[in-house]
Amino acid sequence: MKRFAFLALAILMILPQLATTAEANDKKIKAGFIYVGPVGDAGWTYAHDLGRKEMEKLSFVEPSTYIESVPEGAESARVINGLVRKGHNLVFTTSFGYMDATLDVAKRNKDVVFMHCSGFKSAENVGNYFGRMYEPRYLSGIVAGKMTKKNIIGYVAAFPIPEVIRGINAFTLGVQSVNPDAQVRVVWTQTWFDPGVERDAADSLLDVGADVLTMHQDAPATLQAAEARGAYVIGYNSDMREFAPNAFLTAPVWNWGPLYSKIAQEVKDGTWKTESIWWGMKEDLVQLAPLNDKVPADVKALIAEKTAAIKAGTLHPFAGPIKDQDGKLQVAAGSTHNDGELLGMSYFVKGVQGTIPK
Amino acid sequence: MLEILLDATVRAGTPILFATLGAIINERAGIINLGIEGLMLIGALAGFAGTQASGSLLVGVLAAFAAAMIAGSIHAFITVQLRGNQIVSGLALTMFGIGITALFGRGMVGLTIKGFERVAIPGLSQLPIIGKPFFNQDLLIYFSFLLVFGIAFFFARTRWGLALRTVGENPAAADTCGVPVLLFRFLAVTIGSGIVGIGGAYLSLATTPMWIENMTAGRGWIAVALVIFASWSSYRALAGAYLFGGITAMQLRFQAMGTTMSVHMLQMLPYFFTILVLVISTIRLQKGASQQPEGLGQAYDREDRK
Repeated sequence: MKRFAFLALAILMILPQLATTAEANDKKIKAGFIYVGPVGDAGWTYAHDLGRKEMEKLSFVEPSTYIESVPEGAESARVINGLVRKGHNLVFTTSFGYMDATLDVAKRNKDVVFMHCSGFKSAENVGNYFGRMYEPRYLSGIVAGKMTKKNIIGYVAAFPIPEVIRGINAFTLGVQSVNPDAQVRVVWTQTWFDPGVERDAADSLLDVGADVLTMHQDAPATLQAAEARGAYVIGYNSDMREFAPNAFLTAPVWNWGPLYSKIAQEVKDGTWKTESIWWGMKEDLVQLAPLNDKVPADVKALIAEKTAAIKAGTLHPFAGPIKDQDGKLQVAAGSTHNDGELLGMSYFVKGVQGTIPK
Repeated sequence: MLEILLDATVRAGTPILFATLGAIINERAGIINLGIEGLMLIGALAGFAGTQASGSLLVGVLAAFAAAMIAGSIHAFITVQLRGNQIVSGLALTMFGIGITALFGRGMVGLTIKGFERVAIPGLSQLPIIGKPFFNQDLLIYFSFLLVFGIAFFFARTRWGLALRTVGENPAAADTCGVPVLLFRFLAVTIGSGIVGIGGAYLSLATTPMWIENMTAGRGWIAVALVIFASWSSYRALAGAYLFGGITAMQLRFQAMGTTMSVHMLQMLPYFFTILVLVISTIRLQKGASQQPEGLGQAYDREDRK
């Protein structure tokens, strides 16, 4: 009996130590996501949600929470704060307009890690992340330049902000690299999400003779317009080929899973530190969706070659010489736009037909 | 070019036209319905789901009508039977519509259907300029034409139409004449809501044959404004809906053609016209040409002494 009591005492003494070490290994990640649109948008938010689900497969990640259609701006702080109060220790805010609200909430909750998508501000416990979408955009431009017969390519553009302009330019540089005669016509819808207007904008480009379309919005309306009129289309955000089985060529797509899993792992291990992540095709954050079989074999081979070059770092879409619409040299031969210039891009390259609303 | 522009105008204007017509029927009976946006979404989802499940577009349209009618009957019950606040109930209906379609639409995302296709009317579609835009369209657009004339005829020429208008103008007088006020109001709200639902279904079955959350993107609110713009007339609703659709279509085409006109300027136009017409119609109202139903927004209680 005495021996037993001794043993019990020993166990009691060891247990707390065991418990603390176990706690360090057992840190659970409870992540919360703020989405700008509905998960069912088949585009931007949908892609983030796929990433969230992939992250959830990690054993130490508890079922995560997401809140859809949160308006951007100061209002969003309340929603972010709500996630923190419910015990989330990792919060992703996935639209530009949440930037200041995220920093604001983060200031008062130092024990929570915040990750803000597509912004440029950070803090002790706030990192930001985005992808070099211009890389697959450039590749999709090559496909468009090769596939157009009328040399008119339509671009259904969202809002005139650097991210969208960068996409249009990268796409056009891709087009021009294989087909200098082709022009890219731009129509602004000033929407992220209005299928009706986007469909109409796509139709208006088809009306002026475009035979390949692409877009920047979150809904697949442009794809349906191309399908209905027998044109080709390049999607965006996620692989949406089921909306346009004949017209769909490819799409530059997001693949957030690996990044979200990495951040969750780092937070669990305690190795997370503030950084600005801008991953590209090399890290697999952005990809080009598989090419349609309508794309000829030589173009497929070219895309494979260019993809490898981008991943290896030998090809940069924004390497000079680059001229703007007026023929003025913006990047000299031998140099490249740096990240700062890319993030603030506000001119159209040669080959784009359209104006940037001022 | 004019043909193409008119064609785009009709297609962009049709969902708003259905919604405005439905709202007019509501308001003619004296009930304000701010739930148009929600009803359109319910119609859009039900229409898509119905077509997806059955493979028939007709079933989809009927499903949209029925689903929006059921949702509208909630508004009718609250405002007609319980005499609740019409503004609050309508706003709640919009939020309800947004929420419930998001919930039940989850499984519909990414599915595809074969949407409405153009059917040319022999002879008429050969007319110069107006032939293609008006007579080489899908069946729902032809139905919207019929509805415009039908509703105008109903209110102006039929006994029931007159009774319904009286219910909206002066329910006590209608009651004295033996018109069942509450029943008429209930029917007007539910049937009007059903027509609004078809407007939503136009988006998910014809404009872009797919279901996406919140795909109406504010068109319901434009319809609410257009009711006043149209001063409760279905013909003017047609003009208003096409004006709105036309300016949107025009500014996109100007861009595609490469005009140097400011995009912001072009995009402001529809709203500018809305304000302009509201100002004009308000001035006309002050001059005594009021078309607004006198009893609009007022609950009717037989025992209420005035």
